[in-house]
Amino acid sequence: MLSLIVFLPLLAALIVAVLPKDSWVRPTAFVLAALQFLFSLALLAQYDPSTPALQLTEYRPWIEELGISYFLGIDGISLWLVLLTTFLLPVVIGGSWTAIDKRSKLFHASLFVLQTAMLGSFVAMDLVLFYVFFELSLVPMYFIVGIWGGARRIYATMKFFIYTMLGSLLMLLAIIYLMFTAQEVLPSHQMTANILELYKLDIPFIAGQFLNPQTLLFFAFSAAFAIKVPMFPVHTWLPDAHVEAPTPGSVVLAGVMLKMGSYGFLRFVIPLFPEAAEHYAWVFLFLGVVGILYGALVAMVQPDIKKLVAYSSVSHMGYVMMGLFALNTYGVTGSIYQMLNHGVSTGALFLLVGMIYERTHSREIDKYGGLAKVMPIYTILFFIVTLSSIAVPMTNGFIGEFLILLGSFQASKFFGIWAVVGVVLGAVYMLWMFKRVFFGEAGELVKDEHHPLRDLGKREIAVMAPLIVLIFWMGLLPNHFLKYSKVSIEHLVETKDAYQLAALDAEGRTVVFETPAKPILKPLDSVTTRVAGVEAK
Amino acid sequence: MPIADSLANVGLSHYLVLSAILFTFGLLGVLLRRNVIVILMSIELMLNAVNISFVAFSRYSPNGNMDGQAMVFFVMTIAAAEAAVGLALATTIFKKFREVNIRYFEHLKG
Amino acid sequence: MNEKILFAVLLLAPVVGFLFNGFRWKSKNYMIAGSVATGAAGISFLSALLLVSKLFGEGAPKSVSAGFFDWILVGGLQVGASFVIDHISALMVLVVTGVGTLIHLFSVGYMSHDERPSKYFAYLNLFLFNMLLLILGDNLLLMFVGWEGVGLSSYLLIGFWFSDKEKAAAGMKAFVTNRIGDAGFLLGIFTLFFLLGTVNFSEIIAKVAGMSVETGWTGPLTLAGLFLFVGAAGKSAQIPLYVWLPDAMAGPTPVSALIHAATMVTAGVYMIVRLSPMFVLAPNALLIVAIVGAATAVMAATIGLAQFDIKKVLAYSTVSQLGFMFLACGVGAFGAAMFHLITHAFFKALMFLGSGSVIHAMHEEQDIRKMGGLKKYLPITHATFFVGWIAIIGIPPFAGFFSKDEILWFAFSSPLGGFPLWFAGVVGAACTAFYMTRLMALTFWAKPRFDEKHTHPHEAGPSMAIPLIILAVLSAVGGFMGIPHVIGEILPGHPGNWLEHWLEGSIAKPEGFGHGSKVMEWALMGISVSVASLSALTAYNFYVVDPERPAKFVASLPKLHNLIYNKYFVDEIYFAKIINPIVGGSRALWAFVDVNFIDRGTFIVGDFVKGIGSTARTLQNGNLQQYAMYIAIAVAAIFLYLLEAPKRLLEIFGG
Repeated sequence: MLSLIVFLPLLAALIVAVLPKDSWVRPTAFVLAALQFLFSLALLAQYDPSTPALQLTEYRPWIEELGISYFLGIDGISLWLVLLTTFLLPVVIGGSWTAIDKRSKLFHASLFVLQTAMLGSFVAMDLVLFYVFFELSLVPMYFIVGIWGGARRIYATMKFFIYTMLGSLLMLLAIIYLMFTAQEVLPSHQMTANILELYKLDIPFIAGQFLNPQTLLFFAFSAAFAIKVPMFPVHTWLPDAHVEAPTPGSVVLAGVMLKMGSYGFLRFVIPLFPEAAEHYAWVFLFLGVVGILYGALVAMVQPDIKKLVAYSSVSHMGYVMMGLFALNTYGVTGSIYQMLNHGVSTGALFLLVGMIYERTHSREIDKYGGLAKVMPIYTILFFIVTLSSIAVPMTNGFIGEFLILLGSFQASKFFGIWAVVGVVLGAVYMLWMFKRVFFGEAGELVKDEHHPLRDLGKREIAVMAPLIVLIFWMGLLPNHFLKYSKVSIEHLVETKDAYQLAALDAEGRTVVFETPAKPILKPLDSVTTRVAGVEAK
Repeated sequence: MPIADSLANVGLSHYLVLSAILFTFGLLGVLLRRNVIVILMSIELMLNAVNISFVAFSRYSPNGNMDGQAMVFFVMTIAAAEAAVGLALATTIFKKFREVNIRYFEHLKG
Repeated sequence: MNEKILFAVLLLAPVVGFLFNGFRWKSKNYMIAGSVATGAAGISFLSALLLVSKLFGEGAPKSVSAGFFDWILVGGLQVGASFVIDHISALMVLVVTGVGTLIHLFSVGYMSHDERPSKYFAYLNLFLFNMLLLILGDNLLLMFVGWEGVGLSSYLLIGFWFSDKEKAAAGMKAFVTNRIGDAGFLLGIFTLFFLLGTVNFSEIIAKVAGMSVETGWTGPLTLAGLFLFVGAAGKSAQIPLYVWLPDAMAGPTPVSALIHAATMVTAGVYMIVRLSPMFVLAPNALLIVAIVGAATAVMAATIGLAQFDIKKVLAYSTVSQLGFMFLACGVGAFGAAMFHLITHAFFKALMFLGSGSVIHAMHEEQDIRKMGGLKKYLPITHATFFVGWIAIIGIPPFAGFFSKDEILWFAFSSPLGGFPLWFAGVVGAACTAFYMTRLMALTFWAKPRFDEKHTHPHEAGPSMAIPLIILAVLSAVGGFMGIPHVIGEILPGHPGNWLEHWLEGSIAKPEGFGHGSKVMEWALMGISVSVASLSALTAYNFYVVDPERPAKFVASLPKLHNLIYNKYFVDEIYFAKIINPIVGGSRALWAFVDVNFIDRGTFIVGDFVKGIGSTARTLQNGNLQQYAMYIAIAVAAIFLYLLEAPKRLLEIFGG
């Protein structure tokens, strides 16, 4: 099931790549993506929300000597991210119907490969496998921005690639270290990258001292994910990448790829290094708050709509990080919800910005004005999405932001209060932009009477419709979504110091991992670590 | 000293020294000359130096091993093929630049 | 009828109206749009009546409630979409749906020439729905939903004529200022939630019942109270967040009547009254509420003295009256606050609608210097406005007298009050009487100052007259629901204070509240009424009898007039000291931190790596012979190593 979901897009990429005519590409890609989404909905039916265990797992040894396996599984934390990914793809393809006019085969094939990579990293339960998917996602994104991007696309892609790569390499080192540690201390004395086995490690941690294994591993992993999220101060690749990326690239980048970072914190960093996470939570709360306020303030003064939305992403992801490192049920639940919200509402914002860009080929706020008179439907949709983005109650944004603020306030009054200030700033930058673009007198791009701007067409409305529906659905009935994640989140928050996950296969049987047959590498002598309180030699 | 005597005194090491001298000349030619044709000739020289070693080792092996002699044929075949390819390249370069200086090969970088 | 169904009808009728008009927003048919919207509001009013009627009679329940669905269930936070009508929200829901329906009706006439009447009515219904959520929600979070929702509808309606940049800016200003308040509200919710573990009103009240009065400034209840008051100050336009309300007058006038006078802006008062059992435990928070309320009452009233825009005068009057309500809350007279909220809703809605009628008749002219003598052209408007005028300046037995007097009395007699608060209230009342009389005089009395040949003001149709008349009646008799005991004693039949009785048990009172000598009460009542009458007479003298005098008087105090006329330069100060520095600072952040610091920093690292790379690159320059040289040297080196050359050389030369 999971393998199918992960690899069907690859098949779709192949199909798209061999189509004889370019004009068939878009419809085919759309249908395939939509089918893929419908297929992935079956996950909801098969998923059992009453247990925190990993479900629908698939386990095959891959490189047995190193304990690397092909191990997929899903739980309440990743379930919605998988569905968000499959949901956004048809929307993106529909939204870029006319925006991508060259080499559309390659483009859509890249999108599908990207989807495989993203889905894979959400369901991979083996660190090496995760790393492979995590890195694989860079390649199609690199092409999407580099080939179909704007004028400074090469600069932006290089920046994007190098930033993320740098973090990932640190993570790779940490993964290798963890695998050796596992060999040293696990009872089987086998190397393993199986995340469920690694959860059992009790990596030594000394508070107040930086150079100890857990702290170093914690920061190595965090670096990779923080860059991906992106957190202040490693966020500067994001505005450039967004501005240069074509609309669908921006949507996928903001909608899903950023979540790979925050998901990484939740899946790997917090449960693997609980003491360090708790001890250094303030660092992330602090950077989260700075990100919220800084992103909002800088967004406020952007002259370019897309850059404004990009900085608003920095601000929103700051909320996500705060929620995660509040390390309580409210914060973590809010974070997961905010990841989905951000995918929906920022995705929608990028689509809308793309739609107006297609008409005027400009994103400069000062050149607009009075758009509400000319494009009323566009205005209404933009307004609804704006509301979601500034977290007005009854839209999805409110639920996430409220829970995050509640959680952060519980974790730290000081940071909580500052984060609430961000709520005000959020309204300021969005509404100010809205006012300048839509209200007032017609700006220079709007007032051309001979070629009045076309309001949204049927296709564009149809693309936005599901997003708008989701905005209200998630805002009014959050339980439809949260009930699937509840048990997993509570399990994580309550037992994070001794986090364990059982794994169930598709039939609901508990999976027992066989120890790989042949260890080929000697254990390291220098590592002294404990498992469940037992001293290793 | 009669010539036959001195010929009889020629041993393995003489051949090897000759081979080494030829090889060094070839190597220097490859490293220092700019003309592609000369460089190709120098390569031939190096190969032939090796051939001399092969034959000499074969001749002086205690059990009359003929592997070295056989190997020479391989080397000669390869050398011929290599000369063909090398000359083809040289011709192309000459056609384009009216000269066969080695530095024109930099243009292959694209 | 089933309560749940009634609640559903009450809440959903405006939603249906909103959707109906929202989906045909292009339609210019104001009759259809208006009747649907007014009908929806009317249905809400009827269901509210039916629901409230269940609270009357022997053995009636203290409240009726209905739960619909679970909303947020995370950890200890269990919030459902549940609604309740108790003795407090009953008053509020009737005022909102009742006055709301009248204003919807008025709008049908007022918006008849507008280009987008359907959109307007859709927004109006949306507002009503959110207001109902705010009033009826049985927990703080649901109240917050309505709280932000009314802010949103207010934003949409203020910026209804968005092509005008100033109006759009006013909408944004309202939303952002409200957001500041909302942030405080959120913090208040958090503090209460982590203290009590619930956000449900009845549970909060039950849980604080066992707690003792907090004395310091940093106790959780005091903090929660102060945070919540920030929210209230934002929504109800108190110092320092009042600046949005005068600008909000950019919206259509019925909107000003409904949202910015009668209902939404009183939400802050309503919230504090709802949580009165918590607030009485935090007297320091109440002290701040009282001081801010009194200060706002005086400051806004003085600004009102020198304004020439008819709606601006009413707007500052609203701010000032809201200050009175907070003053009442602050001294623990929550009942009086509620009372004034209701009467104010009547007479201020009346006056705003009256001003709407004037503006409509004068073709969108709002400057009272260009009016005058409208009495003969607009008799109904004048008569009803007249009632509103005597009601607001507090002449007995009109509504404003009873409620304002009760506030002043408690400001003096309450253990939390005192002479300074009472005095501030009296000053506010005197200013109110003055500027309201000035408004009456300049608008309706004296000689016309507009071109009578070209402008022919006349009354609009019945849809605008009926609401005015009903509201005038309510303004006249509305005060009888809360006749103070000292007056009730001497009246025939000894009517009791019905409102006090009704709210008994629903609201809390601070300790030692409600004592004071009757003589004192009579004396204060006399003082306040005579001060108000005197002030009104002076104004009459200034603006009707001797129209030259105001100009002379102003000329004698140029600096003071300038200060007041320019609203104490508060907006300018906010811009210069807060907003511009933030915007400038943000530009600096972007330029220096993002571009110059972070990016340049990474470039420096990048250049360093690049430098190493380009040094290494010279080794691989494409020169074949150089490559061959490397090979030769390497081979030679390997040979030397394998032959152990260094050792041999040592053997040969070292001996």
